Amino acid sequence: METDTITAISTPIGEGAIAIVRLSGPDAVSITSKIFKGKNLQEVNSHTINYGKIINPETNEIADEVMVSVMRAPRTFTREDIIEINCHGGMTAVKRVLEVVLNNGARLAEPGEFTKRAFLNGRIDLSQAEAVMDLIRAKTDKAMNVALKQMDGRLSGLIQRLRQELLETVAQVEVNIDYPEYDDVEEMSHEMMRTKTKEVHEEIEKLLSIAKQGKILREGLATAIIGRPNVGKSSLMNTLVQENKAIVTDVPGTTRDIIEEYVNVRGVPLKLVDTAGIRETEDIVEKIGVERSRQVLKESDLILFVLNYNDELVEEDEKLFAAIKGFDYIVIINKTDLAQKLDLNRVKQLAGDQPIVSTSLIEEEGIDALEKAIADTFFEGELDAGDMTYVSNVRHINLLKQASKALEDAMEGIEIGVPIDILQIDVTRTWELLGEIVGDTASDSLIDQLFSQFCLGK
Amino acid sequence: MTTYNAGHYDVIVVGAGHAGVEAGVAAARMGAKTLMLTLNLDMIAFMPCNPSVGGPAKGIVVREVDALGGVMGKVIDKTYIQMRMLNTGKGPAVQALRAQADKTLYMNEMKSILENEENLTLRQGMVDSLIIEDGVCKGVVTETKASYFADAVIITTGTFMRGKVLMGNVEYESGPNNQRPSLNLSKNLEEIGFELTRFKTGTPPRVISHSIDYSKTEIQPGDDNPKSFSYETTEQILDQLPCWLTYTNEFTHQVINDNLGLSSMYSGVKRGTGARYCPSIEDKIVRFSDKPRHQIFLEPEGRDTEEVYVQGLSTSLPEYVQNEIIKTIPGLENAQIMRPGYAIEYDVVVPSQLWPTLETKKIAGLFTAGQLNGTSGYEEAAGQGIMAGINAAAKVLGKEPVILDRSQAYIGVLIDDLVTKGTNEPYRLLTSRAEYRLLLRHDNADLRLTEIGHELGLISEERYNKFVEKKQLVEEEKERLRNIMIKPNELVHKVMEEANAAQLKEAAKAYDLLKRPELSYNAIEQMIEPNPKLTDEQKEQVAIQVKYEGYIKKANEQVNRMLKMEDKKVPVNIDYDDISGLATEAREKLKKIHPLSIGQASRISGVNPADISILLIYIEQGQIAKVAN
Repeated sequence: METDTITAISTPIGEGAIAIVRLSGPDAVSITSKIFKGKNLQEVNSHTINYGKIINPETNEIADEVMVSVMRAPRTFTREDIIEINCHGGMTAVKRVLEVVLNNGARLAEPGEFTKRAFLNGRIDLSQAEAVMDLIRAKTDKAMNVALKQMDGRLSGLIQRLRQELLETVAQVEVNIDYPEYDDVEEMSHEMMRTKTKEVHEEIEKLLSIAKQGKILREGLATAIIGRPNVGKSSLMNTLVQENKAIVTDVPGTTRDIIEEYVNVRGVPLKLVDTAGIRETEDIVEKIGVERSRQVLKESDLILFVLNYNDELVEEDEKLFAAIKGFDYIVIINKTDLAQKLDLNRVKQLAGDQPIVSTSLIEEEGIDALEKAIADTFFEGELDAGDMTYVSNVRHINLLKQASKALEDAMEGIEIGVPIDILQIDVTRTWELLGEIVGDTASDSLIDQLFSQFCLGK
Repeated sequence: MTTYNAGHYDVIVVGAGHAGVEAGVAAARMGAKTLMLTLNLDMIAFMPCNPSVGGPAKGIVVREVDALGGVMGKVIDKTYIQMRMLNTGKGPAVQALRAQADKTLYMNEMKSILENEENLTLRQGMVDSLIIEDGVCKGVVTETKASYFADAVIITTGTFMRGKVLMGNVEYESGPNNQRPSLNLSKNLEEIGFELTRFKTGTPPRVISHSIDYSKTEIQPGDDNPKSFSYETTEQILDQLPCWLTYTNEFTHQVINDNLGLSSMYSGVKRGTGARYCPSIEDKIVRFSDKPRHQIFLEPEGRDTEEVYVQGLSTSLPEYVQNEIIKTIPGLENAQIMRPGYAIEYDVVVPSQLWPTLETKKIAGLFTAGQLNGTSGYEEAAGQGIMAGINAAAKVLGKEPVILDRSQAYIGVLIDDLVTKGTNEPYRLLTSRAEYRLLLRHDNADLRLTEIGHELGLISEERYNKFVEKKQLVEEEKERLRNIMIKPNELVHKVMEEANAAQLKEAAKAYDLLKRPELSYNAIEQMIEPNPKLTDEQKEQVAIQVKYEGYIKKANEQVNRMLKMEDKKVPVNIDYDDISGLATEAREKLKKIHPLSIGQASRISGVNPADISILLIYIEQGQIAKVAN
């Protein structure tokens, strides 16, 4: 039996009205109890499903309203205790739940790991063994490649730099220990250690905070469609959703007020905000009032502002231009299949540097150009958050959190005067965790560092 | 070749250096009839390089050897000329003893132990070949045509196999310090099919003490209250000799740079691999050219000799250049070299050919230990020696083999590294090689290993009883401290003030106060009723266990995870070619190393987590298949 508890989202992303986060392992039930508001899961019967809420125990925030299945070993898929948390479909809820689970003691499952455990615990028969091996081989290699490819060059560069700094610190401590009489190696002091750990900790925290609000890659680019009634906002919505298979479809009216559509445009995930509003009233400004629409705009990463080619620019359009000033937006001049009444020069003047795209959604023209404009906005870093380094991979985020925690342990130790060589255990751990992000855990590098950085010998 | 039958033994140990003596003594004390063969009875446990024992990590190995019933600690405790505890300003995990040895006394003492050991026969002789029958080692044949038969043979020939001394363009076949090299055994091992490689190490010149002007150097005295390596030592030597510190300078570096081409290592001839941590002075000056000076320690080689070891000046430059170098160093301007420094090249058995018991995979009953396996250092040799001795005797006597894991001992780290990862330079133990350094402390070597030593019959009942008592006293004291409340009062106020500690605001458990880094056991003791039953060493043990409880717990959790993987055994007869899905590199490595456990497999470089998963499943599949059959 394995000792740790693993978890993963077990339903395919982008399909179905519910999503399941599954846990397997000895602590599956106790971890879930910690974050579950409802019946005491430790006491419920095996193979029961229980209604309640998943809460973040630190903030008491509700992550989702859920149904939790409790299945105790050995009558389970893996022959370990299994918990299945049925969340609302949609990336946001399920990712939020997964995050809470990860923060409370479960480890992200490796590809094929549930199956592997099922096998190791004798649940799967012999004939399936080879298939499982191939699966693991393929999935692990692929996952590694994908994770590495996903990683922004800047991110891996930053991680490497942080690692190098930690490595130099650790090497110095090691030299102090292994060559105590060498006078030309400065003795690592608590003060130096404090400066170093604080520096690296700040960088990691910065990455994490961006990762947290950095919804872009993880949750999609929050995108609002605005414009006067009948300019074609609804058609634009539908076009984007149809052209690009919707990642997630939410059934409105269950738990959330704001309904979101997820689409993937040339690799850029868009979260189309408040689409229900557009669908129902054709005009968010009209429906929820200017104040509220400002709020929606503020939470958007990208605004698609639709104008009618067949209509003159009116005061309301100018007001909308004023309202979105300072945001990233794309002006879409729709209905080019009709006669021109719009003053294009004025539009150009108002839009300034922001891109302008002409479309006829009805004739399905200009959609490519629009998608390109969206992708360019994203990839050319013209977005507000463009020059930040993103961490999008849940595994990476998880490792960063552990690294941050290890450094906090070290920093705590520094304050109460724990000996340097013991603090160094946590610093080394941080270095290893960061190494797992960039796929480098070779422990020999420390020894190499030792002998290249310092002159030692008899 | 006609040889005569010279007798049958349970275990034969070839070589009587630091590995050999531990192997011989351990095997004999476990009850195996043991023969030790050495090519010169006057050189038993000789120190061909630095006259010292211990140091960071290494000193802890000496403690571990002692806790297992070995002899190195006891002998150095009797023969040191200086003892120092290193890293006293740091945490308990990295503190370590180092002694300067009286080389001659050390050898004599060791020889006397061997001579008086029951079950042990000591004989002079050069082993030329092994007697191998059907892949099993049955004995050895000496140069003088004696065939000694045995059920297990341990080779501990150090740097003697095809040893070659290098000094400038002078080179000659030789063991260390101009002893005879062993030329035939290497050849024999190669014929049997062992893979050998070439390593290199070096030693500095020795100078005569009365030619040194010590007034130009800094004194480096021993500790006022010297501690002991062995848990059985009760008396310390208080009359100690100091070492002396001086430095190289720009003139030294100039001489070396001017003559660099003459160094055997820089002359362009391809040579055995040297160790990065043991560079020659010419290496240091080339690689760290910006450093204006390097430390030179002057270490006496004994009480009754004038010879002084010039630590830091290891070199293979020609003798006449060494004379010039010496003259540039403050205090050594008129120093006379007694023996020049030299480099030595030698054959090494590639250690991936060994099981973690140090038995060779190819030939059953054949063990190798010590510098021959690619390590460097007397302590590393001793650690392997005792394990090879234990496992050879265990094999002969039908007992279970003993493999120490990485959380039990530095010896475990050392052997696991050697057999699992191999080494491409002489391997030295460093504290950073241990993942669980906090558990592998100087102070708790007995707690880690005495039990094992006792079970093997290497620890006397008297010593064992003392150990059990100590363990109990420490536990009782921890429990007592948990139950004592210290309330703020005048006395407490004073103690806190003296310790520079934050004043107590409300009552606290003595146990919790001891956790504070600034409060020692002695400080706590002043505030509570003292426990007269405890020795200082036991008090220290209590303090360490309490103070670092959180960290120790964390380390133990890691160890438990690691041990889970160690417990998953890989069948010895596994056929890696039969496993589909293994990456080619992983397959080749696994075939070569033949790990005994999944844990060991996961430490092989080039074997990645996917391969481990596949291996796990394959093994499980086999077991299911067995059940099904």
